[in-house]
Amino acid sequence: MKVLVCIGHVPDTTTKIRFDAEMKNLDKTGVQWVINPWDELALTRALELKEKSGGLIEKVSVITVGKADVEPTIRKALAIGADDAFRVDAEPLDSYTIAAQIANVAKTEAFDIVFAGIESSDFNSAAVGSMIAEFMDIPSVSAISFFDIENGKIIIKRDIDGGKETITINTPFVAIVQKGICINPRIAAMRGIMMARTKPIKVYTPVETEVLTELVGFEIPAPKAECKMIAPEDTDKLFELLHGEAKVI
Amino acid sequence: MSVLVFVESRIGSIKKQSLEAVTYAKYIADNTSSDVKALIIGTISSEELSKLALYGASKIINVSSETWQKHDSRRYAQLVTEVAEKENCNVVLFAHSNMGKALAPRVAVRMKAGFVPNVLALPESNNPLILRKKSYNGAAFQKVKVNSSNAVLSINPNVCGLKESPVSVNVEKYEPTTPAPADTIIENVDVTTGKVILTEASIVVSGGRGMKSGENWKPIEELAEVLGAGLACSRPVSDEGWRSHEEHVGQTGKIIAPDLYIAIGISGAIQHIGGISGSKVIVAIDKDKDAPIFKYADYGIVGDAFEVLPRLIESAKKFKNS
Ligand SMILES: Cc1cc2nc3c(=O)[nH]c(=O)nc-3n(C[C@H](O)[C@H](O)[C@H](O)COP(=O)(O)OP(=O)(O)OC[C@H]3O[C@@H](n4cnc5c(N)ncnc54)[C@H](O)[C@@H]3O)c2cc1C
Ligand SMILES: Nc1ncnc2c1ncn2[C@@H]1O[C@H](COP(=O)(O)O)[C@@H](O)[C@H]1O
Repeated sequence: MKVLVCIGHVPDTTTKIRFDAEMKNLDKTGVQWVINPWDELALTRALELKEKSGGLIEKVSVITVGKADVEPTIRKALAIGADDAFRVDAEPLDSYTIAAQIANVAKTEAFDIVFAGIESSDFNSAAVGSMIAEFMDIPSVSAISFFDIENGKIIIKRDIDGGKETITINTPFVAIVQKGICINPRIAAMRGIMMARTKPIKVYTPVETEVLTELVGFEIPAPKAECKMIAPEDTDKLFELLHGEAKVI
Repeated sequence: MSVLVFVESRIGSIKKQSLEAVTYAKYIADNTSSDVKALIIGTISSEELSKLALYGASKIINVSSETWQKHDSRRYAQLVTEVAEKENCNVVLFAHSNMGKALAPRVAVRMKAGFVPNVLALPESNNPLILRKKSYNGAAFQKVKVNSSNAVLSINPNVCGLKESPVSVNVEKYEPTTPAPADTIIENVDVTTGKVILTEASIVVSGGRGMKSGENWKPIEELAEVLGAGLACSRPVSDEGWRSHEEHVGQTGKIIAPDLYIAIGISGAIQHIGGISGSKVIVAIDKDKDAPIFKYADYGIVGDAFEVLPRLIESAKKFKNS
């Protein structure tokens, strides 16, 4: 079985987000780039499963859609333990084009399970995983908080609104993961970093896709009005305001 | 051309977030001289279905056969696309919920539709559609224009609220031609009972590291109970095991958007705010007047949580009884 983990290349969450003068592009000066937090968890779990699978999972590969500047992030994933990597040499414009590129690689290379994170911390679209599955016409399971393989059988728990479902599924499929999938992300050790230097990154030329949406630009939300302070002795006042002014209770 | 809304229900009652999506759809329909249709799976009473008409849906397509009750992303996406085609709908709306996130992207690919998820405001333009969506965990809006004739959107809670716009309605029972769900085998369902579901709660009471230990949660639980609120916490609280991971909100936890979020002893780290910034009103209680949370809050109390909470509970009770 071959596993592919999607790796988003995103600004560290503490980065101050700024744009160019046209408000069209992220200002990349001083940005620290990291693996999208969910993808780090997905990769960790994929590696844990490979190690305990007794050979059932032959390899764990990673994929990123992006230009050459994303390679340090890919190297980080290799240092954490992925066996090899793919990079599709395209600007990650929107979820649709990213997913079309990943689906093409996953199909060509015959991957059995594709892992994606539930949401990227740059686009916040929660879309790429499900779109990959639709492009490939295979099942997808969303909001996964537990993933195991026992005697060759895949066992998954997913959040449904108001509970959890335990399900089984056959490959191929796309697993869209969230919190719970593993405890802590693996960190690259020195040995891993050394080994990552020689692991292959295969570069794919992008396939043609339709571009159905267009980014008009970014906007910074208007700053919130000043917080209204209420004296700690005057808690009745808070409820009056929440009722009469804010109208939320 | 019509606007189609995929409507979610739980135990026979329609979710508020779906009714908000109908309100949103009605807004687009009114501005493009079209109408709103709703697709709903499940056995739903006619009284419940009439809510859809109250918010502007003039046709309801109801799939009630037993084989369609279990959620399967691939088959549901096929069903939605089939209904959109049959009903001549070029715009399809979802709530940006667990279900919406699982389905809307698939439907967009099937319909070759411009996709705008995580929508945070009413359209800036209806034709062509120009929408604001969340990006960078709430630090910026991405303004996106749809260039295709089909569009799929998923709408956040609290974007347009509920607005009545009653129309007369026609309900059609529909038996899909798509094969019924079979990709996944559901072995067990663990339904949360007796608790307010966090992602659906209209009020959420949340505690942070300022609460010092899990044993101190009684007053938070009591306040939530008086208000009929859901319970949440910051990440260190669940990491420490003071509260269940199910309650962790933020960028790496659940993302919620209640009408009212009450943060107690939470400093307001950017990763926490990423999960709650969609809340309509934020109340913060913290002993540090310079805590960042007050930059995001609408109402604040500077004080010791252990002194303020008992008073809050009393005031909440008084308010409820008035
Ligand atoms: C990649 C990444 C992802 C993360 N994801 C999340 C996430 O999803 N959710 C999340 O919450 N965090 C997340 N974090 C952690 C985040 O950065 C903060 O560390 C965390 O939110 C702080 O939690 P807190 O506000 O409860 O604790 P603190 O920051 O310690 O704040 C405690 C607050 O309580 C106040 N206080 C203390 N005693 C009292 C008292 N007696 N009465 C009243 N107030 C009191 C203090 O003044 C302080 O403001 C993430 C971090 C990283 C690096
Ligand atoms: N450029 C990219 N390359 C590879 N995977 C990506 C990329 N962008 C997003 N993903 C994957 O898709 C998930 C959801 O992203 P999004 O749909 O943008 O919220 C992420 O957690 C990643 O697993």
